[in-house]
Amino acid sequence: MENTRKELKVSAIENGTVLDHIPSNQLFKVIRILNLDECKNQITFGTNLESKLLGKKAIIKVADRYFADDEINRIALVAPQAKINIIKNFEVVQKKIISVPREIEGIVKCGNPKCITNHQPVKTRFTTVMSDNGKFLLHCHYCEKDTMSDNMTILSNK
Amino acid sequence: MPKSLISIHDFTKEEILHILDVAKDFEANKAQPILRDKIVATLFFEPSTRTRLSFETAANRLGARVIGFSDVVNTSVSKGETLKDTIKMVSNYVDIIVIRHPLEGSSRYASEVASVPVINAGDGANQHPSQTLLDLYTIRQTQGRLDNIDINMVGDLKYGRTVHSLLQALSHFSPKFTFTAPDELKMPYEYKVFLDKKGIPYKETADLSEGIADTDILYMTRVQQERFTDIMEYEKVKNCYSLTAGMLENARKNMKILHPLPRINEIAQDVDDTPHAYYFKQAENGVYVRMAIIAYLLGYK
Repeated sequence: MENTRKELKVSAIENGTVLDHIPSNQLFKVIRILNLDECKNQITFGTNLESKLLGKKAIIKVADRYFADDEINRIALVAPQAKINIIKNFEVVQKKIISVPREIEGIVKCGNPKCITNHQPVKTRFTTVMSDNGKFLLHCHYCEKDTMSDNMTILSNK
Repeated sequence: MPKSLISIHDFTKEEILHILDVAKDFEANKAQPILRDKIVATLFFEPSTRTRLSFETAANRLGARVIGFSDVVNTSVSKGETLKDTIKMVSNYVDIIVIRHPLEGSSRYASEVASVPVINAGDGANQHPSQTLLDLYTIRQTQGRLDNIDINMVGDLKYGRTVHSLLQALSHFSPKFTFTAPDELKMPYEYKVFLDKKGIPYKETADLSEGIADTDILYMTRVQQERFTDIMEYEKVKNCYSLTAGMLENARKNMKILHPLPRINEIAQDVDDTPHAYYFKQAENGVYVRMAIIAYLLGYK
């Protein structure tokens, strides 16, 4: 048995960002929120990987790209426990913990069917309100109604 | 961006009190044509009698001229024009815009697009701040103060936007609340949490006769049939929430009954002749309060 060699399900990158511990069912939402479908860099991802924490997890590796904090924090909407590793020369040089941003523009649809943003071309805007159980509410800047984080619908980023 | 009035939260306690003082001055001296060279637009994307007429009366009393529409059938909105384009265009014509729109958040959006102040005259079930200000004005007028008022809110406390905004505005003034509503239409949890956080006391009841004797203000609202999933349930409660003169025997002398109107059967006609009825005067106050709002947002008061 070779315990020293750790086989990676998704191959290592030399430089770039690794997004780990994404719940498998949120993988494509994360891709959408970060606009990775438009990204020209080399991207590798795996999903339904074993995870002690999540059961099944997904991982995304984006070569040669580093995200700004406010950009990466947006994935807290769907994957609040995700871990961000900054890779340089195959080494993890920095680990980042994401946090739910105070304000969110676009990305999420307002849950109120009578909200102006669901009827006219108006970009959604929310403030996030943390509740006690680690979940949060999105308070709509326009209709002033709250959308629960469980019931969020992600908008395409176009 | 010019100062607008979209939500009651947009005004501080000091601004609220200022508006009430200015309104009092307008009530005492109605002819103050200080806006003679101004034009007010009243854009009503859904029908309303009281609110539109009182805004237009307010503008006229101030000497301003009024343009606008009271339904969208004869406008380019019916051709599919976006709210943004309508507001952009109108704000190039006028000095201030009054808007009522069935979609929630539409007034906030209009205020972000407009180059002139915007007054929200109701955006769906969301906000109707001029109603809240005229309610406060009327409470102060009848009680001589805003602080430490006992107020009993009756009827549809779940969907009624006027009670929600009034609750939030009164929270500046240490009130004591009673909420009288059928189970289906109780005050939503989030507003009770809001009061708990501010340490404001409230009690809840389903029985209207209970909370009449120990209140300064009886704030009645309409129980609408369409709010009920079970029509039998509506039939059961609709008469429990109709106030008659006979029920007012033990009321405090200073107790006044308010209602945002229109009333249907929640206040019987015989209440109109009691000294407690104040809802028509309340509606009249709307003119002075709206004069104050317009004058304030245009920088005149």
